Amino acid sequence: MTFTRRHVLGLGAALAGASMFRGVPALAQGEPIKVGVLHSLSGTMAISETTLKDVMLMLIEAQNAKGGLLGRPLEAVVVDPASDWPLFAEKARELITGGCAATFGCWTSVSRKSVLPVFEELNSILFYPVQYEGEESQRNVFYTGAAPNQQAIPAVDYLMEVEGVERWVLAGTDYVYPRTTNRILEAYLQAKGVAPEDILINYTPFGHSDWQTIVSDIRRFGGEGKRTAVVSTINGDANVPFYRELANQGVAATDIPVVAFSVGEEELAGIDTGPLVGHLAAWNYFMSVDTPENRAFIEQWHAFTGDTKRVTNDPMEAHYIGFNMWVKAVEAAGTTDADAVIDAMIGVAVPNLTGGYSAMMPNHHITKPVLVGEIQDDGQFAVVWETAGLVPGDAWSDHLEGSKDLMSDWQAPMNCGNFNVVSGQCGGA
Amino acid sequence: MAHHARTPIRLARLVLLALTLVLAPATLTAPTPAAAQAAQEEVATILAGFTRGQFPATLAAIDALAASGHPHAAEILTALSDRRLVVEAAGRRVLWKDAGGAYYDALTGAPVAAPGATTDVRVSNAVRRAVQTAMASLTLRAPSPATRIEAAAAILRARDLSQRDALAAARAEETDPNVQRAFDDTLAGLAIADTGAAEADRLAAIARLAERGDASARALLLGLPADAPEALREAASAAIAAIDRRLAMQAHVQNIFFGLSLGSVLLLAAIGLAITFGVMGVINMAHGEMVMIGAYATFVVQELMRTFAPGLLDLSLLVALPLAFLSAGLVGVALERLVIRHLYGRPLETLLATWGVSLILQQAVRSLFGPTNREVMNPSFMSGSLELFGIALTWSRVWIIVFALAVFLALLVAMKATSFGLRMRAVVQNRRMAASMGIRTPWIDALTFGLGSGIAGVAGVALSQIDNVSPNLGQSYIIDSFLVVVFGGVGSLWGAFVAALSLGVANKLVEPLAGAVLAKIVILVAVILFIQKRPRGLFALEGRAVES
Repeated sequence: MTFTRRHVLGLGAALAGASMFRGVPALAQGEPIKVGVLHSLSGTMAISETTLKDVMLMLIEAQNAKGGLLGRPLEAVVVDPASDWPLFAEKARELITGGCAATFGCWTSVSRKSVLPVFEELNSILFYPVQYEGEESQRNVFYTGAAPNQQAIPAVDYLMEVEGVERWVLAGTDYVYPRTTNRILEAYLQAKGVAPEDILINYTPFGHSDWQTIVSDIRRFGGEGKRTAVVSTINGDANVPFYRELANQGVAATDIPVVAFSVGEEELAGIDTGPLVGHLAAWNYFMSVDTPENRAFIEQWHAFTGDTKRVTNDPMEAHYIGFNMWVKAVEAAGTTDADAVIDAMIGVAVPNLTGGYSAMMPNHHITKPVLVGEIQDDGQFAVVWETAGLVPGDAWSDHLEGSKDLMSDWQAPMNCGNFNVVSGQCGGA
Repeated sequence: MAHHARTPIRLARLVLLALTLVLAPATLTAPTPAAAQAAQEEVATILAGFTRGQFPATLAAIDALAASGHPHAAEILTALSDRRLVVEAAGRRVLWKDAGGAYYDALTGAPVAAPGATTDVRVSNAVRRAVQTAMASLTLRAPSPATRIEAAAAILRARDLSQRDALAAARAEETDPNVQRAFDDTLAGLAIADTGAAEADRLAAIARLAERGDASARALLLGLPADAPEALREAASAAIAAIDRRLAMQAHVQNIFFGLSLGSVLLLAAIGLAITFGVMGVINMAHGEMVMIGAYATFVVQELMRTFAPGLLDLSLLVALPLAFLSAGLVGVALERLVIRHLYGRPLETLLATWGVSLILQQAVRSLFGPTNREVMNPSFMSGSLELFGIALTWSRVWIIVFALAVFLALLVAMKATSFGLRMRAVVQNRRMAASMGIRTPWIDALTFGLGSGIAGVAGVALSQIDNVSPNLGQSYIIDSFLVVVFGGVGSLWGAFVAALSLGVANKLVEPLAGAVLAKIVILVAVILFIQKRPRGLFALEGRAVES
């Protein structure tokens, strides 16, 4: 049965592919709607972003197999910004002026910041699929990844309530996402009564590979009697040597658990996870979540890539949600015109892959469940905890001075991304 | 958490449990029907705690189950901690799965042939700790000494005072000196935490921990309740101060080891460049990619051996060494023949061309192996750590230090004691003279470049053990490699050696004070200032070769 279903899917995919290339659409007629895909296919970030490019191609292909959008076929326009931040802005301009109705892309915050002015100037739409530090809400951007209150804060709550953690190591790579997240977490922990000497903050350069000193510091800090956990915002490539050093120095999850915000199924693919069982990650999606939607998604992904070993991860789900939201909004607006779609987006709800519905909110963030998963020896995560319901993404953290008075609402009459509720004015603090 | 609330009744139950386990065949096979019925009902109630899907209920069920005397308690708890305990959706029966995947009913222990749909009982680290503590009472007399030590450690971690009498009884019968020491430590730790114990006992316990003098002893001493008598608190703080002095000493020694280990990684990465850049003067920006090729060669060798010779997987690194040397060396020779030889004497163009080659190689590997990290396994002799005088030295680092030294020595021998080395030095020192002596200088150039690249490939085998095997692997080492060669003195192998180790140690001594980011900056600035003062580095070459 599996075989036949996959077969049919494959056939559909082939049909769609053929229709795209020949320009004689079998199912959808008319001028194609262009969709921009702005992910690095070379350079340092290729490791994470290439997968997102593939997932966009898969989603677009599947949509075409269903008859396209507004009766027109979709056409993916893929560019390679090569992990080069200024090049992101150039490529974004190229996509928008080339007629793309919406763009799905970016991974690092600095690449997003680099394209923001372009999307604003040319009034187009960007879907940003990665968990980030918040403190931003822009009219032309829809944030489908987690804001800090949809990942970091619930994870810390879990450690405090279920694991009884009293001492905290906040370890991160030295750039904007870990710095802002740790600032929020530090304020949050102190508000919860954690003493400043029970918080150890530690930054390392990108691609740091020598973790001996830091892991032995963590061992020392955690060996002083109080239950200790590490909250890791360590980025991408630095994680493998970090976890290897933890395992080699014998830091077990039962002694000092590590909860990571940037380690997913894809990152674990490069490590033997045997010694890591019990370490944690917080996301809004895990490949192991057993729902009919997720099973179908994984099957579709395996059929599309032709590789049954490929894993799925959280940013992929974010693109799945974002793409389906955009399709729904375009259908509701009856046009791909940016202003109409931006207005139609708010309130759109589509199924996510964990068994619920995610909705776009007026602040351009979405509602998501928060899951805490434990690393298993097969490189997957087993869910150990989840929030009771969906958590709405908060653009401006409630735990930071200068940010807690701000709110964002892109509906009329407010139409403001940083409205100060104290001064009653749009435009920040 | 539930194990804080112990009662004398629980203790009695545990002792009973220990007895029943010893006498299990006699008492459990032939109970009276009514008693058996009651016991079953009690266990059924306890097991229901696992079906709630809530951690507090699970934790309570663990303690109750360990105390219940249920004959399958140990199997159920082990299964729980390994995530093999499941709940049948229909009927809410609790089952455990053995390693082979067969199911058993937790209540009766009877095999279950084909269970319906099941869900796993969720496990958190708190649950695993509770299982360890509960199991400890069952395993204090286990046959394996390691298990007994683990049991004592689990009791100590949980500060489980209710286990003290059982532990003391087990200690009286213990014969293994290592286990005796572990039991004594645990008893001392418990005595400190026990406000009901006699002051003299607690003082003795403090003295014992002070003598042990390691970080966990310090943690136990810190655990002394704040309302303890004055004498105790003074003794404890004196002991802590003594331990702190000792730990500070250890930390220094450890930092130096970390530094040597970082230095040997730098040496490995830079030593090939010391030949291509140092000896030949080629600014080879593709040097890092040679390291990457070596790492991917290791990956390929491991994949092949996993398929064809899984029993020999621990030897995969040895097999990978020559292959990594050859593959990176061949790429190096090809690079020299095709690109670099046309650019001798034009450093800027060499720099740009080799940088282009490095991008091509990266993208080629990305297309061939995919952009994501590849898993390279650590052989068993490179996993874990070696505890030496309270300092944890990880095996992978120890081996890399040894390996870096071996590669360095081998290279020295090749340069000084072989005829190829002689020709190579001749060509570098005076090309025209060497040519007139009948040495084929272009051939020697290619081989020298190949040697440098091959050594970089060999470094890749070692780096695959501690870093990501990804197309970006080489980029993270190229800057450091140039830094080492320039700092050490261009053209000097010994210079590279001293430079790598001193940069490594300096970095690791600064890191605890300034943090990893600042440490890198401080070192970089220091090297720049040093180069201003001595532009030719630590070991400057003298003589005519330098002037030309």
